[in-house]
Amino acid sequence: MTDDQRNEEKAPRIPTSQVGSTVPVSDNPEAIGALVSVTIDGIETKVPFGMTVLDAARTVGVDIPTLCNHPDLKVAGVCRMCVVDIEGQRTLQAACVYPITNTLTVSTHTRRVRKARRHVLELLLSEHYGECYSCVRNGNCELQALAEEYGISEFTFGHPEKSRFAPDLSSYSVMRDMDKCIRCRRCVRTCIDLQEVGVLEAINRSDETVIATFEDLPLGDVVCINCGQCVNRCPTGALYAKDETDAVWAAIDDPTKHVVIQTAPAPRAAMGELFGLEPGTPVTFEMNTALRRAGFDRVFDTNFTADLTIIEEGTELIQRLYGALVTGDKDVALPQFTSCSPGWVKYLEHFYPEYLPNASTAKSPQQMFGALIKTYYAGKLDIDPASIVSCALMPCSAKKFECNRPEMHDSGFKDVDFGLTTRELGKMFKEAGLHLPSLPKSDFDDPFGTATGSGVIFGATGGVMEAALRTVLELITGEKVESIYDHGDIVPLRGFEGVKYAEITVPKVGPVPAIIAHLVPDWNWVDGATLKVAVAHGTANAKKVMDDIKAGGKFSECHFIEFMACPGGCLGGGGQPIPTTPEIRAARARAIYSEDSAYAVRKSHENAAVLATYAEFLTDGPCGHKSHELLHTEYTARGKYIPQR
Amino acid sequence: MLVTQQEQLRAQVTTLVDRLGPGRSSLVPILQEVKTQYHGIDSDAMQIVADLLDIHPVEVYSVATFYAFLNPAAEGQFVVRLCRTVSCDLAGKDAIARQLESELDVAFGETSKDGRFTLDWANCMGMCDQGPALLVNDRVYTRVTPETVREIVAECRAAHDGHAAERKEGYLV
Amino acid sequence: MSIQTQGNTLTFASIDADAGLRTALAMSRPDIIDTVSDSGMKGRGGAGFPTGMKWNFAGAEKGDKKYIICNADEGEPGTFKDRVILSEFPDLVFAGMAIAGRAIGAAEGIVYLRGEYSYLRSHLNAVIKKRRAAGLLGKDVGGVKGFDFDIIVALGAGAYICGEETALIESLEGFRGEPRNRPPFPVVAGYRYAPTVVNNVETLASAACIFAKGVDWFKSFGTDRSTGFKLFSISGDCAKPGVYEFPFGITVADLLKEVGGENAKAVQIGGASGTCVPRTQFARRMAFEDIPTGGSVIVFGPQTDMLAVAENFLEFFADESCGQCTPCRVGNAKMLAAAGQLKDGVCSAEYLAELRELSGTMQVASKCGLGQTSSNAFMSILEHFGDEIMSRPAQAETARTSA
Repeated sequence: MTDDQRNEEKAPRIPTSQVGSTVPVSDNPEAIGALVSVTIDGIETKVPFGMTVLDAARTVGVDIPTLCNHPDLKVAGVCRMCVVDIEGQRTLQAACVYPITNTLTVSTHTRRVRKARRHVLELLLSEHYGECYSCVRNGNCELQALAEEYGISEFTFGHPEKSRFAPDLSSYSVMRDMDKCIRCRRCVRTCIDLQEVGVLEAINRSDETVIATFEDLPLGDVVCINCGQCVNRCPTGALYAKDETDAVWAAIDDPTKHVVIQTAPAPRAAMGELFGLEPGTPVTFEMNTALRRAGFDRVFDTNFTADLTIIEEGTELIQRLYGALVTGDKDVALPQFTSCSPGWVKYLEHFYPEYLPNASTAKSPQQMFGALIKTYYAGKLDIDPASIVSCALMPCSAKKFECNRPEMHDSGFKDVDFGLTTRELGKMFKEAGLHLPSLPKSDFDDPFGTATGSGVIFGATGGVMEAALRTVLELITGEKVESIYDHGDIVPLRGFEGVKYAEITVPKVGPVPAIIAHLVPDWNWVDGATLKVAVAHGTANAKKVMDDIKAGGKFSECHFIEFMACPGGCLGGGGQPIPTTPEIRAARARAIYSEDSAYAVRKSHENAAVLATYAEFLTDGPCGHKSHELLHTEYTARGKYIPQR
Repeated sequence: MLVTQQEQLRAQVTTLVDRLGPGRSSLVPILQEVKTQYHGIDSDAMQIVADLLDIHPVEVYSVATFYAFLNPAAEGQFVVRLCRTVSCDLAGKDAIARQLESELDVAFGETSKDGRFTLDWANCMGMCDQGPALLVNDRVYTRVTPETVREIVAECRAAHDGHAAERKEGYLV
Repeated sequence: MSIQTQGNTLTFASIDADAGLRTALAMSRPDIIDTVSDSGMKGRGGAGFPTGMKWNFAGAEKGDKKYIICNADEGEPGTFKDRVILSEFPDLVFAGMAIAGRAIGAAEGIVYLRGEYSYLRSHLNAVIKKRRAAGLLGKDVGGVKGFDFDIIVALGAGAYICGEETALIESLEGFRGEPRNRPPFPVVAGYRYAPTVVNNVETLASAACIFAKGVDWFKSFGTDRSTGFKLFSISGDCAKPGVYEFPFGITVADLLKEVGGENAKAVQIGGASGTCVPRTQFARRMAFEDIPTGGSVIVFGPQTDMLAVAENFLEFFADESCGQCTPCRVGNAKMLAAAGQLKDGVCSAEYLAELRELSGTMQVASKCGLGQTSSNAFMSILEHFGDEIMSRPAQAETARTSA
C-alpha cells in the first residue's frame, strides 16, 4: 500500500477481497533488499520483494493451478485452488495472494496440498449442475480442465440432480446460468473494479451466496451495458453470450433468403485462436472462404463503413468546431465523443445522459452497413430488401443489443438482423467441418470490398482516433499525413495505457477538399490551432475522463475523444475468444497494426468505394440529408435509476 | 416508495452522511438507521443510499443481504428473534418456538399477515447463562417461558407509538 | 444494570481503571509496550496472540493515522463474558483502549459492538461522554499534552464472522464481513489500511489492570505460559451458569465442581469452534498449554444427545460462513448434511471417512479461522461418542451394509 492509499479520508472503494495485497515491488535489482531468496519445490531462486508465490513459481516454470485468479483483475484468494505448503506455516497459503517478503521454502504438491486441491474441485462439482456435453464451454472450461488434471473420477460429495436457478436470458447479449457458477467473483471484480459499471455482486452469505444483480432483477432490466467482459473472464459456462447461430443457419438454409455478412477487423486477428493458432495470427482471407463455404451469399468488409464513419464523423467534428470557433454557436457540444462502441453508448446513456449531445450522431460501422445494404446494395443488385438477412461478425457482445435498438430501422427494415460474435462463427465453422487454418484465401465481395488501413485499426484502442486524424489532418493541411507522422503512424495514440492524451498543432492549412466544400469556406480558422484529443478504453477509464469533464478539467477542453467500452478496444471485446489476457490482446493489436501497414491505401477519404457511394447514393455529401437519414442516429437518456419489477 | 417518501429519505440519509462521513464506511450504520425507521430497505432506499455514498446500488444490496439484521425485505414493526444455539437449545427453545409460532400465527422466516411481527432465528445472542433468549428489535428477554412469551407478545400488540422494544434502551429480565 | 446472574467475584470489580491509565501515561511508549510484553498476556478472545507483540508491531509501523479497535463482536456460542465486562466495567475497557492508543500512536478508538448487544450502546456512549468530560478521552488525555484519543461505538449487524479481525475491519469499512488475505496483518495494514490493533474486550480491560496493579501481580495468577486471570462463560447443564473468574490452569473437573456440573458427560471448551472434551479427559487443564480457550464452557449433562449438539454447531457455522472460500462455504454444508444423514441413519462409514479427510482440508485450506475450526467439534464428537451415534438402529444398519 502506498502512503496515499493508507490514510484515505474515504474508506477504500473496493473490498479487500478484490484488492491486490502485494507489498510494493522494487524492480531495481541494485537496491539493497530488493531481491528475496525463495525455494520452490527445491528450486532456488531470487525474486523481487513482494512478488506473490504464484508469480514466483512461474518464473521457475512451476505452474500452480488457479480458478479465481485472473491477470486483468485484482486478487481474490477465494477459490483456494492455488494453496501451497509454506515451511513453518500451520495452514496452507493461497499462492496468488501470498507476498514474498523474506526467505521462504514453498512446496506446491505435498500430500495435503494435493488433497486440498482435489477437495476444492469435488466441492465445486457438488454445487455445479449441468453436463459438460451440453455446455457452451465444453472443451474450454477451467473447471473441466482442472478436473481432468486432478483425475477427478467420482463425485465424492455428490452432484446436484436438479437445477437450482432459472437461467437469466433477459438480455440481448449476456446470458446467466447460475447453476454453473463457482463463485470465483471474477465477474464481480470485472464489472465493479475493471469496468466500474457495477451490475454484479455477491449477495447473501454462506452457501446461499450467489452472484446477482441489484434486487436480483433480470440482467436486461439493470444498467448492464452488454460489454461482455464478464463473459470473457468467467471460468465456466455460468456467463455466456447469446447464441443465435441456429437462426443464422435457418436463414442460410432458406433458399429465398439472401444472406450477407460483414466482418470487422478484430475478429480476424483473433478467430485463429479458436483453431489452435497463436494469438495475433491474422486469418482474414481464410475466413472469407470459410464464410462462403458455410453458405453466406456475400462477404463484406466492415472496414468499408469504418471509412465511411470516419468521413461522417470527421465532417461532424469539423462542423462542431466551425460552430464553436467561428460562428459562435452556443449549442455546440464539445468535446465530441465517438459512438461506435455500443457498450460505451449505453454506458453514456445510463451514467452521463446529460452528455448525450456530445456523442457523435454517426452510427457505428456495423449499423451504417446495415442501413446501406438494405437500400443502396439492394437497389444495385435489384433484390427485394425483405429477402436480405444482414449479419455482422463482430468481436462484440453489445452489438446484439445495438442491432435490436428500435431506432435501427432506417432502411425500412431491421438494418442488421444478427450481430454475431467471433465465437459464434467459430462454432458455425466447426459445425460445417471447416478447418480455418487450412483453407485457401479469398477476397471480400464488391461493391464494398475495398478497405483501407484506417478501417482496420478501428479494432484497437486509439484506432478510431488515428483513422480520424489521418483524414482530418490531410483534409485540413492538404499534405500527406506521412509528412507529419512517420509512415502515417500516429504512435502517441497507440498502446494500452488507460487514458491517452495528445495535442496536435495544425502546421499549415490547404484548400478545402471538394467533398466538404459546402460546409466550410476555408481552413484559416484552424491554422496553427492545437487539436486536443484523448482516447479511453475500458469504462473505468471512460469514467475517469467523464468525471474530469464534469469537473471542468483538462479533458473538458478536448475537441474529440475516442471511447471504447472494452479494455484494449474491440480486440478485447465481449465476443472474442476466451481466455483474454494482456498478452493475448497485445498480440491481437500487433496483428491489426501490421495489417494496416500492409495496406496500400491507408486513409479513409481515399477509399474509392466510399467515394463512389457518395457520388452515387449519398449525393448530398457527408452529414447531408441522405446521410442523416441512413447513417446517423439518436440516443436514449436512460439514467442509472433501476425501476422495480 | 412514493416520491415524497423518497425525498424524505434522501434528506435523512444526507443528514446521516454529513454526520458519519461521505465514505463507504458509513454504509452499515446508514442501512441500520433506514431499516429501523422504515422496517425494510426497499429498492428506492438502496438507490438513494448508493447515490449519496457514490457506490453502485448492487453493492448496497450485496452488503444488506450479507448481514442478518440488514435483511432488506420488509419486516414487521417487531422483529422477533429466538436464539437457536446449543445452550438455549438445551434450555428448551423448542417449546418457545412452538409458542411463538402459535401466538403470532406465523412460521419462522416470515412476517405475520397484519405486518406487525416478523419471526426469525438468531444465532448465539450471548445470553447463554439465562436462556432461552429472545430478541425483539433491540430489546433482550431472557429465561423466556411460554407464559412470558404470551405476555411479551401481548405487550407488543397493545403498543401504539413507542414500545420498549423500539429504539429505546432495552433491559433484561 | 446487573446482568451477571451468577458466578464468582471478579477481579475487575476491584481495579481502579484510571489509576492504571495514569500509570501508563506516565511511561514512555516503548515502556508501555514492554510492560504488556513482560506480563505475558495473550489475547482473551480465543486466538491467544501475545498482546505485547501485537502492540509492538503496530507501534513500529510508520504513519500518523492508527487505530485501536475493541472487538466486542462476542459471537462464539457459549461466550458472554464481554457482555458482562462492557455492562459492569466499561471504564476498564476504555482505559485499556487509551493505553493501547498511547502505546502505538493511535488517536482513534472504535468499539465494534455486536448488533445483538445494541441495547448496551447508549450505556457505553454515556460512559464515553463522562470520560471526555473528565479529560480521560478527547484532547490531551490524562493531561498528557499532544496525546489525543477518542472512542466511538460502531454497531455490528448480525454476523458472527465479524468477530474475525479482518472481517470486522471490512464491516467497519462498509463491506461484507469477508475476511481479508493475510499478510498483510491488521497491525501493518488494517482499518483503511492503516496500522490497527484489534483486541478483545477482556484483553483491553486486563491491560488496564496490569498498569493498575503491576506486572508481578498479574503474573501471580495463572501458569507460566498462560499468565493472568481469565473470565469464563459457563452455561448448559449446570446448577450455576454465569461468568466466573478462574486462574489459567484450572482443570475441567475442578471447574465443573465450582459450577455444579460434575455429572457432565462432556464439555465444549472454546465455543463451537473449540474442543469437545469427554468425561474421560476432565483432568485436562484450561490454559494455552493444554486446552486453549477464550473462556467459553458449555456443559453437557448425561442425557445429552451429542449428535444433536454436533448438528446444532454445524447449523451455526453453515449459516454464519461468509461464503467466499470454497472449503468453508461448501464444506460446512456437507458436514451439516452428514449430521442429518447420521440422524436419519443413512450415513455410510466410507462417507464418514471422506468427511474426516475433508475436515482435515478445511482445517488447512480455509481462508480464515471459521472454516479452519468449524468441523472440529463434529469430528471430535464422532471420535468420542461414536458408539452412541453409530448404534442408533438405522445407522447401525447402514454401517453394517456398507462395510
